[in-house]
Amino acid sequence: MIYLDNAGTTKVGEEVVKSMLPFFDEFYGNASSLHTAGQIAKEHLENAREKVAKCINAEPNEIYFTSGGSESDNWAIHTACRYGELVGKKHIITSAIEHHAVLHTLDEMKKRGFEITYLPVYENGIVKVEDLKNAITDNTCLVTIMFANNEVGTIQPISQIGEVCKQHNVIFHTDAVQAVGHIPVNVKAMNIDMLSLSGHKFHASKGVGALYVKRGKPLFNFVYGGAQEGTKRAGTENLASIVGMATALEIGVSQMEQTTAHETQLRDMLFKQLSKIPHSKINGDLTNRLPNNFNMSFEGIEGESLLLLLDDAGICASSGSACTSGSLDPSHVLLAIGLPHEIAHGSLRLTLSKYTTLQEIEQTIKIVPEVVEKLRSYSPVWNSLQKGEKQYVIQ
Amino acid sequence: MLYSEKVMEHFRNPRNVGEMPDADGIGEVGNAKCGDIMRMYIKVDKKNQIITDAKFMTFGCGSAIATSSIATEMIIGQPISKALELSNKAVVEALGGLPTHKVHCSVLAEEAVKLAVKDYYDKNGIAYDEELFKKANLPCEH
Repeated sequence: MIYLDNAGTTKVGEEVVKSMLPFFDEFYGNASSLHTAGQIAKEHLENAREKVAKCINAEPNEIYFTSGGSESDNWAIHTACRYGELVGKKHIITSAIEHHAVLHTLDEMKKRGFEITYLPVYENGIVKVEDLKNAITDNTCLVTIMFANNEVGTIQPISQIGEVCKQHNVIFHTDAVQAVGHIPVNVKAMNIDMLSLSGHKFHASKGVGALYVKRGKPLFNFVYGGAQEGTKRAGTENLASIVGMATALEIGVSQMEQTTAHETQLRDMLFKQLSKIPHSKINGDLTNRLPNNFNMSFEGIEGESLLLLLDDAGICASSGSACTSGSLDPSHVLLAIGLPHEIAHGSLRLTLSKYTTLQEIEQTIKIVPEVVEKLRSYSPVWNSLQKGEKQYVIQ
Repeated sequence: MLYSEKVMEHFRNPRNVGEMPDADGIGEVGNAKCGDIMRMYIKVDKKNQIITDAKFMTFGCGSAIATSSIATEMIIGQPISKALELSNKAVVEALGGLPTHKVHCSVLAEEAVKLAVKDYYDKNGIAYDEELFKKANLPCEH
């Protein structure tokens, strides 16, 4: 199996599994307990917090462990909105290409009377800081813009956004689920007030993540109960996963340079070779892009059938087509970068990891054109394009 | 798995796929914006009003390709009157079921067959009842 869906989830690293195991049958104490077993657990919990904090240049007491990226996003937005309600500010700025964990939470806030501004991203998939400056008003309580996009991999100008928010004294939250552990993240230097991260995107287990909240910024309780996580988030800590996440993040950061070089080299091979497929197009920016993200559209074919045939050939991939999402519309991200519906339906996302091999990429480069050709031979759209009855969208 | 074995089998090895240059009737439904276009070709024995051959071309998901494939099998050798009775339900049953959000693919197959017959009737000046070809309410509007 060639696994090229690492933006979806990643394999748990061997060292990560090893670091987790003692917490199932050896250090299984409850970190809230006074006895020795509990205190050992507590020590490991705080160790993990320190490690995670260090990796994003935060302080340990600014890290709150959660169940993952979605919870962190929900918590951050709920907090900022409650704060906004208290101070009478009910305007939020976000981007058109956020993850649904942000967009759907904002839909809820709309029902609570918040006004939402969605910054456009243009063809390169990147917001313009000027647009942000123009959108901020005295009524703005939150700017939430993702660090890097999960579909087209574009990296937003986070430092500049942070600077603008600081000047206007507006809370800046970033969903950094695709960035942390992959590219440099520095909450202090980038003026980030809140940041969401998720373990399983960087070779830790599923069901664990964290929310960073800058000291002095508001944070309201999200889960009520015990006094865990500085009394802000109740529930016995998922210690094995938290320790695993800290291990995975440390490894990710320490190997970042070599992983980036490895992924970039293989990713660029994919772009170079698969761009040879006629009437194909690279989606997103080529420079400000996650090193492991490949996204292209192939005219005249539909993404789900592409994924099924690739799966038959042993390749796990992803697409922004409507059929793969269970809805009738293709990905909001691909539409936001200006792709017509029919081109968004024919998109392919391949996301690499440090475990991806040259051989796997060579095999992929061989298989994708065959599959595209096969589907085009079935396609009435392709048939009409070839006969000149329709005009190509992608030249 | 998302799809039944039968759906996957038809998707992997579609029957009667490709263009039919000398078709007697062509029906095309769907729209690329929605992610599904189905084009159905039929060849008719005019003397006996029997569909002697059918082919399809489909842009769409796995179930769109599978439903068009099985629909061609279900109408080849049938009198036109029978082909017009082909329901999306029968297509779904023949495939051993479809996930709920994919049922519209079977509606496309039914519509494509009907439109191919209509095209044949139109081209040959055969009178018909318009009611027969009333379009089903397809779920994608753009």
